[in-house]
Amino acid sequence: MAEEEVKLFGTWGSPFSRRIEVALKLKGVQYEYIEEDLTNKSPALLNYNPVNKQIPVLVHNGKPVAESFVIMEYIDETWKHNPILPADPYERAMARFWAKYIDEKFWPAAKKTVVAKGEEQKGAIDEIQQQMKNLEGELKEKKFFGGESLGFLDIAANIIIWLVVAQEALGMDQILNEEKLPVLHGWLHRLLDDAVFKECVPPKERHLDFFKVKFGSSIASK
Amino acid sequence: MGEEVKLFRTWSSPFALRIVWALRIKGIEYETIFEDISNKSPSLLQYNPVHRKVPVLLHNGRPIAESLVILEYIDETWKQAPLLPVDPHERAMARFWAKFGDDKILGSIWSVFIKQGKEQEEAMVPAMENLKFLEGELKGKKFFGGETIGFVDLALGWLANLIGLLEEIVGLKVVDGEKLPLLSAWMQDFGDAPIIKDNWPARDGMILKFQALRDATIAAASK
Repeated sequence: MAEEEVKLFGTWGSPFSRRIEVALKLKGVQYEYIEEDLTNKSPALLNYNPVNKQIPVLVHNGKPVAESFVIMEYIDETWKHNPILPADPYERAMARFWAKYIDEKFWPAAKKTVVAKGEEQKGAIDEIQQQMKNLEGELKEKKFFGGESLGFLDIAANIIIWLVVAQEALGMDQILNEEKLPVLHGWLHRLLDDAVFKECVPPKERHLDFFKVKFGSSIASK
Repeated sequence: MGEEVKLFRTWSSPFALRIVWALRIKGIEYETIFEDISNKSPSLLQYNPVHRKVPVLLHNGRPIAESLVILEYIDETWKQAPLLPVDPHERAMARFWAKFGDDKILGSIWSVFIKQGKEQEEAMVPAMENLKFLEGELKGKKFFGGETIGFVDLALGWLANLIGLLEEIVGLKVVDGEKLPLLSAWMQDFGDAPIIKDNWPARDGMILKFQALRDATIAAASK
């Protein structure tokens, strides 16, 4: 088999590049990781992603792919063992629908819960709670969104961990608590326990410090 | 085997049009349900409770929402006249450009049309930058999909109709044949393709709709 060259441009704190690390590790694909400084982007990154100039970028045998869900689909289609997406077209559509929901609805609302104040923050918290209830509806009795093992949507939902850590860093009450969201709460702990997944979250202390520094001045008054 | 395919759409939604085109390209029989956005049907709310939007495709009773998700579902379910290419890297590029269209092109073009004077000039800069990326992607190709219409053409197809309408309403040329020759040619070729041409929404209705939308946006902004 021809030698494969796989590179991943990412940052240690980005949920989006961490998604790619999970996907590659689940498939046992060897890759070179390049940590980017987003305040001083490398010529290589700008060359491989001239349109958005963002991480993550996967470079496979010299050919770049950008946008985390696009990269995940590419990985699934290129290395076909341990599939990330289900086989059935309808289930694939559901995974893609909810992944899109996470990036387009959950992510902006999550940021708001941490950054906004007063009424705006309360509104964002209510919104996120409803969104997580919607996700619970998709998870139902399953161990993971992907079924018995991690799948596309579990990887996409890694952002939930970022929210949990940010709230911890700022001393906020956890929105994702066992009382209000028992199904998702259980899922989160199984996710963090997974052998592959847990290698792909930022180191806890460093992550907490990052959020304290970044958002510390906007701690909500209780 | 009895297939039941229904499409919930509005007369003017560019996102729903993508699905009309895809179903027609693949020769799939389907029933259309036109929605009135100001008075959404119980069915729509039942089938898309999360977003309550069109388009929604119903296949044998199971609903799918989000137009690009629906396009992928259609391509995977009905394998004739494929919309996405075979090669994984080319598929990734197609998905990338479709997302770019929705994330960047749509917003930056709309900004140009709802702003005025200096603000409009400033809005032209990112809009042109984004359009130039599309121009680059058309090099050596008739359609984004190559010789035939594909996934990206359907995703960006709204440009071929809406841009001309907005240019007329505002009196400003955005896709200039000199500055963006390939994109101009594509708008013509795509817009004239048989299935596409037959399905554009009524021109007069579109002009009225977007004129009203623009006026309302400008009025709200100046408060």
